[in-house]
Amino acid sequence: MTAPSASAVVARGARPRTITAGRIGLYVFLAVSALYVLTPLYVMVVTSLKSMEEIRLGGIFALPAAPTVAPWVEAWSTACTGLTCDGIQVGFWNSVAILVPSVILSVLAGAINGYALSFWRPRGANVLFTLLLLGAFIPVQVFIYPLVRISAVLGVYGTLPNIVAIHIIFGLPITTLLFRNYYAGVPVELFKAARVDGAGFWRIFLQVMLPMSTPIVIVACILQVTGIWNDFILGLVFAGRDNLPMTVQLNNVVNTTTGERPYNVHMAATILTASVPLLVYFVSGRWFVRGIAAGAVKG
Amino acid sequence: MHATISAADLRLAQAPVETSVSVRDLKIAYGALTVLDSLSLDVAKGEFLVLLGPSGCGKSTLLNAVAGLMDITDGEVWISGRNVTWAEPKDRGIGMVFQSYALYPRMTVAENMSFGLRIARLSKAEIAERVDRAAKLLHLTPLLNRRPAELSGGQRQRVAIGRALVRNVDVFLFDEPLSNLDAQLRAELRIEIKKLHQSLGNTMIYVTHDQIEAMTLADRIAVMKGGVVQQLAPPQEIYNRPANRFVAGFIGSPAMTFLNGALKGRAVDLGAGVTVPLDGYAFAEPARASGPAVLGVRPEHVALLPAGAGGAVAQGRFAATGTVRMIEPTGADMTLWTEIAGQPLTIRAPADLSIRVGDAIGFALDLTRASLFDADTGARL
Repeated sequence: MTAPSASAVVARGARPRTITAGRIGLYVFLAVSALYVLTPLYVMVVTSLKSMEEIRLGGIFALPAAPTVAPWVEAWSTACTGLTCDGIQVGFWNSVAILVPSVILSVLAGAINGYALSFWRPRGANVLFTLLLLGAFIPVQVFIYPLVRISAVLGVYGTLPNIVAIHIIFGLPITTLLFRNYYAGVPVELFKAARVDGAGFWRIFLQVMLPMSTPIVIVACILQVTGIWNDFILGLVFAGRDNLPMTVQLNNVVNTTTGERPYNVHMAATILTASVPLLVYFVSGRWFVRGIAAGAVKG
Repeated sequence: MHATISAADLRLAQAPVETSVSVRDLKIAYGALTVLDSLSLDVAKGEFLVLLGPSGCGKSTLLNAVAGLMDITDGEVWISGRNVTWAEPKDRGIGMVFQSYALYPRMTVAENMSFGLRIARLSKAEIAERVDRAAKLLHLTPLLNRRPAELSGGQRQRVAIGRALVRNVDVFLFDEPLSNLDAQLRAELRIEIKKLHQSLGNTMIYVTHDQIEAMTLADRIAVMKGGVVQQLAPPQEIYNRPANRFVAGFIGSPAMTFLNGALKGRAVDLGAGVTVPLDGYAFAEPARASGPAVLGVRPEHVALLPAGAGGAVAQGRFAATGTVRMIEPTGADMTLWTEIAGQPLTIRAPADLSIRVGDAIGFALDLTRASLFDADTGARL
């Protein structure tokens, strides 16, 4: 910078120092916080790579002396969940079977809802939307017993379609809200132009609106994938014995052990179960934050 | 003054005019809010009608009702001899151009233009031919494979016009198509739209709040306010003989000066001892003889008098003197602010005059081109 002339604005006061006591304190606090969150993960990973002999020696923070993937293999393929001993893989594939149709259908249904509410504005649209949002704020537990009775009467209780339908219902408020807010930002003239061109309800949705909805579709998918994968209670209640999701199977693995607890297997099974949402967070952090913001700020 | 007879008037008077768009007793209300009430309007085949008015005057609502994009509470809309009040937009024989272009972002220019034709299941050859023709007309041929995001504002709006063109319809509806463009592009595209109308001869209904667009494009202008058509007439008549004070103030830049006074026979008393005789003024029949009145004078109808000319002016003019209070140069012209009878008056003068603030000037009002309004109702007297 050149020498300041008399009329130029000159910065006053002490030049900000790069290292101050406050700053050091801040970093210490952040480091401790990170340690607090990461330590359990570290313990889980090292424990899952140790043999039971090594675990019995104690020293849970020690790195494995002889790393082994045997606990991972056991957790995946032979760990006992109740009476069967096929490992956590059964739960993994059950969860996938629940996840894929639930995510696709709930995102699609939310998109159609949001589109219809934003552009076609049926009579009572605002009342409908308010009710849908109210539904999102009532605790899930309240709905469980009525939904069990309804499912039983319909004769679908404890089946794959049952749990998929339940996930779609509970996903609707958030996906509808996401898409409604997104479409509220689309000029209504685009919709009008398509109508003048002769496009109807479905053609406008499929050929005009959906192709320009990629960002919000990604956000909705992320929210639904993590939400449905992490679900425990709905899967436990509605999926039925043959379709129990991975979270429920994990619980069974950890709780049905007799005799010595194979901590290494439990740790591996837990990490395996958490890997899907973890992967989603790591791959799509930016989108995920945007999704949270879209759901929270607007509306 | 005699009413000017424009070409549009002659056309209406002579040929048996075919009505293209007819709006009959239209009412549009949202709950308790009535936007339009018993509005009737006929547009002749091949006519360029401009709906002009400030925001919220109902002009866009009217256009949307004609397009079928808005539920009508009461009344009827006829297009090309058919009652289309309950018809879908696509079945009305209209093409529409919007302010925000409204291009489909995920389609190319060619796909944007052909979307409606593909829905109507026209043959590939027919679609290609129509798109080609419209693209040539609008200089879009090199851009046919681009996406809207890769186009400038002016190009986007030309694509939107092209999308309306390929429909081969009788009636084009424009909803403030140039409002999102910068001044230079606006002028260019305005000329293109005018050329288009001259070469195609379609009926066009054009909504705008820009009086220059209205004056330059229209065969007739419907000036609207509060959901009511204030005046429906050719541009020159709107300019020369505004039907009321609102129209007079809305059209013309700089705006018409309004001088409050009292009508006394064939003269208006502006107070402060200034009485302006209205010998050359064409009174509406029956002429009123008294009551509060407002004299409207356009700045361009006030002439500066050379120094020392005295009060000798031609018949139908009224000379006065004043002091220059403010000067606004506008390039070719300048606007002077002075006073007459203690009321502000604006004068449009050539920019090359050496006049400064504080100078004493003499000027003459051209009363043959002035307007006189009822002070209470605002109606032309």
